[in-house]
Amino acid sequence: MRFMMLMIPKGYESAKPGTLPGPRAIAAMMKYNESLQKAGVLLSGEGLHPPSMGARVSFAGGKPKVTDGPFAEAKEVLGGYWMIQVKSREEAIEWAKRCPGSENEVIEIRQVQELSDFDAVTLPPRLAAREQELRDKLEKKGER
Amino acid sequence: MGISATHGAIDAVWRIESAKIVAGLARMTRDVGLAEELAQEALLAALEKWPESGVPDNPGAWLMAAAKNRALDHFRHHKLVEAKHEEIGRETEEGFTPDFDAFEDDIGDDLLRLIFTACHPVLSTEARAALTLRLLGGLTTDEIARAFLVPEPTVAQRVVRAKRTLAEAHVPFEVPRGDELAARLSSVLEVIYLVFNEGYSATAGEDWTRPALCEDALRLGRILAELAPAEPEVHGLLALMEIQASRLRARTGTAGEPILLMDQDRSRWDHLLVRRGLGALERAETLCAEAGGALGPYTLQAAIAACHARARTPGETDWKRIVALYDGLAQLAPSPVVELNRAVAVAMAYGPQEGLALVDAIAAEPALRGYHLLPSVRADFLLKLGRLDEARGEFERAASLTRNSREIRLLLDRAAALHPGLRVVK
Repeated sequence: MRFMMLMIPKGYESAKPGTLPGPRAIAAMMKYNESLQKAGVLLSGEGLHPPSMGARVSFAGGKPKVTDGPFAEAKEVLGGYWMIQVKSREEAIEWAKRCPGSENEVIEIRQVQELSDFDAVTLPPRLAAREQELRDKLEKKGER
Repeated sequence: MGISATHGAIDAVWRIESAKIVAGLARMTRDVGLAEELAQEALLAALEKWPESGVPDNPGAWLMAAAKNRALDHFRHHKLVEAKHEEIGRETEEGFTPDFDAFEDDIGDDLLRLIFTACHPVLSTEARAALTLRLLGGLTTDEIARAFLVPEPTVAQRVVRAKRTLAEAHVPFEVPRGDELAARLSSVLEVIYLVFNEGYSATAGEDWTRPALCEDALRLGRILAELAPAEPEVHGLLALMEIQASRLRARTGTAGEPILLMDQDRSRWDHLLVRRGLGALERAETLCAEAGGALGPYTLQAAIAACHARARTPGETDWKRIVALYDGLAQLAPSPVVELNRAVAVAMAYGPQEGLALVDAIAAEPALRGYHLLPSVRADFLLKLGRLDEARGEFERAASLTRNSREIRLLLDRAAALHPGLRVVK
C-alpha cells in the first residue's frame, strides 16, 4: 500500500517567495531521503515553494476564482511530500517518526486510494454497465 | 498505546530493521541460520518488553543491542562447552569485537552479503525464494506460505533445511568476486524475478495476480539497486518489474478477470511506476554503454516492456523494434518461451502468417509441452487468419493446460465466442 507523508511546516504559510531551507536542514533531509531510498520504500518526493509563490483556485458558486498567494486564511500549508510504498499504516508511521523534523514541523500520513477501494458496489449501476459495454466493444475489436 | 497497537508498531519496526539486524549478526557469527535465530530472540524480547515500557526512541538500535547481547551469551556458552577448541574460540572472539561506528557504514555490504547467501545456488529455487523473503523481506513463514499457496509447515521446513544446507556447505558470508560474481548475481536476480512473477501472473489459485508479492519483489529490487548500483542488470530487472507492475491495476477487470496487454485501458496504468521503470532502464543502458557491453537479458526485456509503456495506444506500439529486441534476447538467452514471444511480435509487425510459421517451427519443443501460452498464441494467429474452428480448438487446449481458474475462464470464453452458432452475432 502507498502512503503520502505530507510535510506541514508551521510558518511556511507566510514565508517570503523564494524561501528555501537552510543547508543543515537540506543535508539532514537528504540523509533521510537516502534511508528511504535504500530501504526500497521511496517512490517519489518533492519539496514545494511557499504559498506566496502559488495561487488558489476556488469554486464558490460553481465558478473558478483565482487568488494569488500568500493566503491570509491558511493556517497549515504543505512544504513538500513523500510517496512511499509500505506494508502497513504502522510502517508508514514508523518511517515518519524517523524524519529529522524540526519543532515547527508536522508530518501528516495519508493512505493513497487504490482501485480496490472502489469496488463494484460504489460504482453506480449505470456507470458499471457502461464500463462493461465499453470493455465488450474493446474485446470485439481485439478479435477482429 | 494498547497491546495490539504496540504489536503493530513492533511489526513495522521489524519490517524495517530485521534484514539489517540479521545481516549484521551474520557477519559477526558467520552463520546466517544462527543470526536469524538470534534476531528472532531479540524480536521476542521486544514483544515482551515494549507493550509495558513503550516502543523505545531508537527501536532499531534496541533490537540490535538485544540481538548482540544474545550473540555474546551464545558464544560465551559455546566457548565454555567447547573449551578444547581454543582456536575456534579465539577466532570467534576476534570476529566478535565489532567496531560499532563502522557497523552502520558496513551495513550495506552486510545486506549484500546476506542477499548473495540467501540466493546461493547450493539451494533450490524455492528455498532461495523463501529464505530471501524471510531474511531480506522480513516476511513471516505464514506470509510466505500464503503468498505461494503452500502450507505453512512446508515453508517453515524449506527455511530450516535451507539454513542447514548453507551451514553444511560452508557457504561463506561474502560478496562473490571476479568470475563468480556474474553467475551469482544472476542467481539473485532470478530469485527476485521469480517472486515478482508469482505475484504478477499467479501460476495457481483463484486470483490472477497477487500484487502484495509484486510489491515485495519490487522492494527487494529497489534495495538491490541501491546496494549494487554499478550492475546494469540490477537496474534492468528493476526497470522490468516497475514497468510490468505499472500495469497491475489495468490487468484485472472488475470481476477479477484478466485483461490482456493490448486490451488494457492505458489511462489506468500507473504512470509513476512507468516513469520509475523508464528511469531505471536508462541507468541500465547507460551503464552498459559505459562498460562497452551488450544489453543483458533483463535490460532487453525491460526495453521491450518500455516499448509498450511508451505507446499511448496499442496502435502506436513499435513492433519492429520489439522484434529486434527479441532477436537480441533470443541470441543471448535462447529459449522456446522467448521464441514464442518473438513470434507474437513478428506477427504484429509483419502479419499473423509469419508469426504462425515461427510458432509451428517451435511447437515440437519439449520445453513447451504443456505450456498453455503456446496453443493460446497459435489460437490468436489462427483467429486473425480467419481459421476459426482451428482457433477454437487451440483456445480449448490452452484452457486445459493452465491451473489458474481466471485464465481458464478467459480462454474458454474466447473459445465459446468462436462457436459456429455464435459467429453470426459477432
